Amino acid sequence: MKFGVISFPGSCDDVDALMACARVGEAVALWHADHDLAGVDAVVIPGGFSYGDYLRAGAIARFAPIMTEVIEFAREGGFVMGICNGFQVCCEAGLLPGALLGNVSRRFVCRQVALDVASTRIPFTHGLDASARLSIPVKHTTGRFFAPPELLDRLHASDQVALRYAPGSNPNGSLEDIAAVSNERGNVFGLMPHPEHAVDPLTGSTDGLRLFASLAAAKA
Amino acid sequence: MKARVLVRPKAGILDPQGAAVERALPALGFAGVRDVRVGRLIELEVADPSRLAEMCERLLANPLIEDYEVLLEGAGG
Repeated sequence: MKFGVISFPGSCDDVDALMACARVGEAVALWHADHDLAGVDAVVIPGGFSYGDYLRAGAIARFAPIMTEVIEFAREGGFVMGICNGFQVCCEAGLLPGALLGNVSRRFVCRQVALDVASTRIPFTHGLDASARLSIPVKHTTGRFFAPPELLDRLHASDQVALRYAPGSNPNGSLEDIAAVSNERGNVFGLMPHPEHAVDPLTGSTDGLRLFASLAAAKA
Repeated sequence: MKARVLVRPKAGILDPQGAAVERALPALGFAGVRDVRVGRLIELEVADPSRLAEMCERLLANPLIEDYEVLLEGAGG
């Protein structure tokens, strides 16, 4: 599978995401100001502080030139993975349901969290055991997933909650411990934890790589 | 025309900033303060104020989590 990782001004996890993708497939860098997805099978919108998080996290990046192509790509069924700031961008762009609010603690949180798999319906989690517990780091200030009640009902009805923080591990006050969601079709996936930082035994866990490997095994 | 847009967290959504301010005020001796909500003020000069609502819906606010209010200069705002 050919992955493309977008760099925005203020992205900081694009290099780690490229290295993670390169472990399971081909990986190319994409530039926010281009209108070209270079024929990739999957787009990764990485973590960071795109456009300084001005106004709201992800609010400005959502209008970057390349996002026109990403939105069209997603509409056609292309795979999109939004990590942390990328999750926020996907929500602002309407590619994913809900919104990310400031952490209840009002503090930046940076630590390893335990995650439970809530759904293996989508390619991003299909390769995981439904009972798997993953250890992946989070690092964010704006990670509290929120959806109003009627939207939350729809997420449950369509099996769109993909990962949850394990009981007692919710680092930000996310509704129902939700750490990752997908769109209804299952081709767009967003998560606050950073799987690209958990791909090498040197840093303690390779559980993040399992998400990339799961996607790489999917039919493009 | 000069306009101001007030953006607030929607009612019912936990506002930790507001809660922190609410806790800080009594510590300074200001008693009797409740329901503190912290939002954003956006000032702008617009040629066509009739488009402000659309600007709010599409960029200035996130309607899922925020309410907005448009105040036009000279319109009692």
